[in-house]
Amino acid sequence: MNGPFAFTLALGDDALIAAQRLAEWTTRAPEMEEDIALANIALDQLGAARLLLSYAGELEGAGRDEDALAYLRDDREFRNCLLVELPNGDFAVTMAKLLALSAYQLPLYTALAGCADERLAAIGAKARKESAYHLDHAALWVKRLGDGTEESHRRMQAGIDQVWPYVHELFAAPPGAPVDPATLRGDFDTTVAAVLAEATLTLPDSGWAPGGGRDGVHTEHLSYLLAEMQVLARAHPGARW
Amino acid sequence: MYGNDFSGEDAPGGLLGEVEAAEAALRAAAERDRGAAGPGEDLAAYFAQVIDADQKIEPRDWMPEAYRRTLIRQIAQHAHSEIIGMQPEGNWISRAPSLKRKAILLAKVQDEAGHGLYLYAAAETLGISRDELVDLLLNGRQKYSSIFNYPTLTWADVGAIGWLVDGAAIVNQVPLCRCSYGPYARAMIRVCKEESFHQRQGYEILHVLAHGTPAQKAMAQDALDRWWYPSLAMFGPPDGDSTHSAQSMAWKIKRFSNDELRQRFVDMCVGQAEVLGLTIPDPDLRWNDERQAYDFTQPDYAELMQVISGNGPCNRERMAHRRHAHTEGAWVREAAAAYAAKQKNKEKVAA
Amino acid sequence: MSDSSPLWEVFVRARRGLAHTHVGSLHAPDAELALRNARDLYTRRQEGVSIWVVPASGITASSPDEKDAFFDPAADKVYRHPTFYEVPEGVAHL
Repeated sequence: MNGPFAFTLALGDDALIAAQRLAEWTTRAPEMEEDIALANIALDQLGAARLLLSYAGELEGAGRDEDALAYLRDDREFRNCLLVELPNGDFAVTMAKLLALSAYQLPLYTALAGCADERLAAIGAKARKESAYHLDHAALWVKRLGDGTEESHRRMQAGIDQVWPYVHELFAAPPGAPVDPATLRGDFDTTVAAVLAEATLTLPDSGWAPGGGRDGVHTEHLSYLLAEMQVLARAHPGARW
Repeated sequence: MYGNDFSGEDAPGGLLGEVEAAEAALRAAAERDRGAAGPGEDLAAYFAQVIDADQKIEPRDWMPEAYRRTLIRQIAQHAHSEIIGMQPEGNWISRAPSLKRKAILLAKVQDEAGHGLYLYAAAETLGISRDELVDLLLNGRQKYSSIFNYPTLTWADVGAIGWLVDGAAIVNQVPLCRCSYGPYARAMIRVCKEESFHQRQGYEILHVLAHGTPAQKAMAQDALDRWWYPSLAMFGPPDGDSTHSAQSMAWKIKRFSNDELRQRFVDMCVGQAEVLGLTIPDPDLRWNDERQAYDFTQPDYAELMQVISGNGPCNRERMAHRRHAHTEGAWVREAAAAYAAKQKNKEKVAA
Repeated sequence: MSDSSPLWEVFVRARRGLAHTHVGSLHAPDAELALRNARDLYTRRQEGVSIWVVPASGITASSPDEKDAFFDPAADKVYRHPTFYEVPEGVAHL
């Protein structure tokens, strides 16, 4: 895999799998207004995924379009981080995941907006505005749940504890990436620390740092997610929809 | 602009044109001088005058109690239908066969949540809270459209729902854009404008399938076979058996009878099915020159009554799903309320 | 919900240069959430460039019974409308 292709594919896969998980909330959100909000964020992630996967296909030069990449790869060929494939859990877990993802995507897309690759720069410029909104939304809920009732505080802290080990993987760069994610860690930490402080939450102290997603070694969850996502497309090879 | 009142014929631009015409008529009627002063002493006479002049009743106007109750029931059921109606299509978001279709379907189901909220807000102007309405739904004391108690078994069902179910809903709803109650009419104008995209996306899904592989075409025909009669049943029982119709017509809540709207829908669909190359599952469907309309087989109203009374294929699942989401979300709603209360206290202390 | 998630009225400025117009209402526990919900509910199709949310309980409305007293006195003040004035031919920019 060439560097720019692997990098673009990884970002596209992050966005696609995040969209698939967020869309699972449709008809299940804690409040009808939140159903709409989560669908909006899912649509943003899906939109970014389509741009990134289409471009990845061009970089690869093997004639694969967004749908070929989304529907016809097996889990070992996906390059998304483990964070996004984790099950939604309760609303607190989902908000913990969204906080981590958006606090990472915002500085990443912002950096991409200024990179030399024009296509990636354009995608970054568009997606960073959306990420800012996702971060705002996650922060707003993490604060409300963290500093809401006893139960919500307990659940929100549990959500952060469960999700946070998966954050480390976000900052390991694939070789040849136009932006080194390691340089974004400072931004990420500052953002998250401010939100958690206001939410009366703490970061877990854990030495566990699971990874492997960027090399195609995933959790057990991804294969199920893909089985569902791909079932119809794969049942009708070559069909148009 | 005067003289643009609904004639029963398609305004330019089809259904969407009718919505725009309804919006213009709403403005025109508002400007029309009824030649009468304000409410004065005889509130009932004033109410009748406003209705006669095709003007809108607004939330703080006096209205007969039965008018208020009828509207609450109708608007609430409409809102519930939007919210429950998210489930059958939502069922296919995770498996949509292309990323483009996934995005469109997600946006569509999201719109339905929005429409539910517009409608709950319209109902609330009549003096009932959304909490109460949601309770009425969850306790099974208010209904939603029976169509959503049928399962979506294949991807083509998503297309059939868009084309037939949304199509039938639009035929029902376009006249509601002229309903005499202002907040409902305005909500319907907004809903209808957004729904025209829903119907088109459904039709497009079926068109692609019907022109695809033999398996895809068979999938499309199967969906039409299963959704045709339930869609016809969406217009309600035949006029002779419809209990609420006459009074609702007089109050201009309802503008056309169930059978008139059903006929209109059938007449629209025949040509559209031909373009798809699919067969409407009705051997007796044929043009009647005398009536200038299609003769068709009526849906099974006994089945409709069964589904309304709770015995459709998915009634239990749909309600259980909604109740589960509501119950599981309780701790989140409580947390948000507790946080808001804390912030308010902080503000008070600071002041 | 009525207490814990009160009703908010939503006003949207459709484009620069236009006034905020009432578009509907929604429920939210606080102003911050109300504003976000309004954005998602009422501007999904780029319907606005600016949003106000106002607690419905904070609005004092005229009653329909007072309508004449409130609004009729304005009916004879045609001079408030620019079309009241005759503009001599040939005058521009007025």
